[in-house]
Amino acid sequence: MDPLASIKITFFQECEEQLAELETGLLTMKDGETDPETVNAVFRAVHSIKGGAGAFSLTELVRFAHVFETVLDEMRAGRLAPDGRILDVMLRAADVLADLVRAARDGGTVDEDRCQALIAELGALTGVQEAAVDDGFLDLDFAPITVSVDVGEEPEPAAAAGLEMAEGAPAAEKLVVAFRPRAALYAKANEPAVLLRELASLGRAEITLDASSLPQLDELEPEAAYLHWVATVETDDEAAIREVFDFVEGDCELSIARVPDDCEPVAARQPPVDEAETAGELDIKALIARATGGATQTAAAAQAAPAAQVISLRDHPARAPDMSARKEDGHAVAAASPTIRVDLERVDRLIDLVGELVINQAMLAQRVLESGLARSSGIAVGLDDLELLTREIQDSVMAIRAQPVKSVFQRMPRLVREVAHATGKQVRLVVEGEGTEVDKTVIERLTDPITHMIRNAIDHGLEPPERRIEVGKPAEGVVRLSALHRSGRIVIEVADDGGGINRTRVRQIAVDKGLISPDANLSDEETDNLIFMPGFSTAETISDISGRGVGMDVVRRSIQALGGRISIASRPGQGSTFTLSLPLTLAVLDGMVVSVGGQTFVLPITTVMETLQPKPTEVRRLEGSVPLLLVRDRYVPILDVGHRLGYRAGPIEPTEGVVLLVEGEDGRSAALLVESILGQRQVVIKSLEANYQRVPGIAAATILGDGRVALILDVDAVISGPTSEPALAETRLLAAG
Amino acid sequence: MSPEMVMHGSDRKELIAFRIGSQEFCVDIQSVREIRGWTPATPLPHSPGFVRGVINLRGAVLPVVDLAARLGLRSTEPTARHVIIVSRIGAQLVGLLVDAVSDILTVTDDTLQPTPHVAYDAERAFVKGLLPVDGRLISLVSLDRILPDQAEAA
Repeated sequence: MDPLASIKITFFQECEEQLAELETGLLTMKDGETDPETVNAVFRAVHSIKGGAGAFSLTELVRFAHVFETVLDEMRAGRLAPDGRILDVMLRAADVLADLVRAARDGGTVDEDRCQALIAELGALTGVQEAAVDDGFLDLDFAPITVSVDVGEEPEPAAAAGLEMAEGAPAAEKLVVAFRPRAALYAKANEPAVLLRELASLGRAEITLDASSLPQLDELEPEAAYLHWVATVETDDEAAIREVFDFVEGDCELSIARVPDDCEPVAARQPPVDEAETAGELDIKALIARATGGATQTAAAAQAAPAAQVISLRDHPARAPDMSARKEDGHAVAAASPTIRVDLERVDRLIDLVGELVINQAMLAQRVLESGLARSSGIAVGLDDLELLTREIQDSVMAIRAQPVKSVFQRMPRLVREVAHATGKQVRLVVEGEGTEVDKTVIERLTDPITHMIRNAIDHGLEPPERRIEVGKPAEGVVRLSALHRSGRIVIEVADDGGGINRTRVRQIAVDKGLISPDANLSDEETDNLIFMPGFSTAETISDISGRGVGMDVVRRSIQALGGRISIASRPGQGSTFTLSLPLTLAVLDGMVVSVGGQTFVLPITTVMETLQPKPTEVRRLEGSVPLLLVRDRYVPILDVGHRLGYRAGPIEPTEGVVLLVEGEDGRSAALLVESILGQRQVVIKSLEANYQRVPGIAAATILGDGRVALILDVDAVISGPTSEPALAETRLLAAG
Repeated sequence: MSPEMVMHGSDRKELIAFRIGSQEFCVDIQSVREIRGWTPATPLPHSPGFVRGVINLRGAVLPVVDLAARLGLRSTEPTARHVIIVSRIGAQLVGLLVDAVSDILTVTDDTLQPTPHVAYDAERAFVKGLLPVDGRLISLVSLDRILPDQAEAA
């Protein structure tokens, strides 16, 4: 891949992270958080996006990010109090920024009017003239600044003095210019020497080269930029200096700081770190690490560590001394453990291999057992250790794929804002347990169901504000999204404090749509579950929000496709809670191993409610139907798995086998008849589709300890087939033919 | 690379010949990954008769096709002496159950003769052409359509 293209991919990946951080930050601020680090984090996020966008000449993005950043900078400087109104504007600005990033990445356009309107709104916050904004940021008149740099943990008197001077600094005569070209600057045939010479023409200048970033020769990327310069120029005309760098503004990190005459140059107070390194250390080092190829995030993070001690002088000048930022920076760097980006395929390959290792180890153990070795023999003991180790390796490898649900959850605040806006309802989203980890594949497939459930909660669950006040609730409704681990599964809840399910209405709709007969006798729970039936939608009008031809049945199906369950609990007047329970990974499965038609089959244990051996008195036969089993006063159909899958011409006697009570997709239960239960074990799921194709009734395959392939039963497919005998015989024939 | 493309090239190609009953067939050696002894397969429900089932190929699930049955000959009663030719068809790996591997042939594309119309229909669908080699007549099998398509399997 073209190196620039790959850097661009990384840039967009990072943008997503920055956007997430931005939104999280703004939301915590909205909740009354006043920690200056939050403002700084938010500022950094927008700033990094702007910086990267500049490097890729994404003008629209740069322009918007710049205006946004200006407001944030005001806030950071304490000149703009982050009240609720301002934060709302900012949240919407964050949404637009996200749209711009995605438009830049995937092509497509962004609502120009919305963008302009927000630029105007943001501009109004800072009092920046719109005209100036429209001209782009290059012409912005930057106020001179003072930067205080300090490496100590506690603010030192000197730093405090610096702070004072910053606030009311008289115009000084020396400006410190930190100039750090990016590779793009060289690529556009600019020559730093020319710029520096021009800089020197403005006044007496001391220019020093900092080559500390220069890597070893073998790591040197010919087209990367490693050198930076710090110039102390005797002039107070900052605009003139900016003019010198006018043509390379987007292609370098430039900062200009005023040095009061009576103050020692800032570098003097931070001996461990070269002053020049202050210029956007974190970004640059990380970029270089990547640009030099092969270097991983770990390296970047390690390199970034010194940044913890320095203040960032960005191309956009910090307008106030910012000691807290630096201190918190240190915090942030220390808190985030180094990460690496790894190609998912490599991880999957590793998971596959470990799966094979587990199987192999099981086979070996079985062979050793068969060979008649004493359990206390050295080999058997060693094998036990091996088993522990392989399990541990398997768990660790699975953990690589595990990711916090945060990546899904953090998309929801925006959704809530939009849906709330569209429905005219006031909504507060409470998110809990976003650090809960689950397999990446599960996460990827969670977004749609959760999105849908949240839309539903706001659109159908919450009452309009007037109605809420009438019934004595606060006008603002609460939607709670939470995740937690429970007995080896992840449980996700979407709860609202709305009116709960209107059972009379639900029942009426179900009757109207012919889903149930008018005289059906349903419990409250059964009524609530009607909303999961295909073709059911309670919205009186098909709204843009949740009525898109899909309903909760789609949510239910997608959750079940992941091996999960969905349930609803609703209390009239108090709200509804939807609960999802999902496996932590799609790679392994807790299975019940059974024998069917002389073959070994595995059933996901989560589908099995109960196992029992039918007594003749519990089995009823009706003409033209499969036999029924009486379980606690209810009749459930007995389905002979071997017969249904075509392994046997006719069904066996229910009393000859064992039945597993299972519950399927639509909540209906069935008794699966198998010959015997062989045990229970965790199995590694292997795809049948990879080398073959989808097989009806079979979800996947696995490899058992004896090295043979066992099929994993698709319980839903088996029980959703016909239950009358003639129809069954027909399907079987069709299948055979 | 499909056998067809190989045969149309002007250079010499290697083929693996195998026996099914008294007949000899061959496939392009490029598509063959390995040859292994028969191991009992796990039968798949609702699959056509020529799909023997799936076996464990070092952790991957490998479907095994009874080539005799697929070609419309009698089905094979596999024993330990039967072999499975693991072949790549497109992106998939498929095991072909045959009686025995007999030979490795080197041929040029002009050796290949079109299948005569006297051949059995099912066989003709999968046989690309005939190779007369040392007085034997070997049918070149095209693997592209060996697996059942979705409609056939359901």
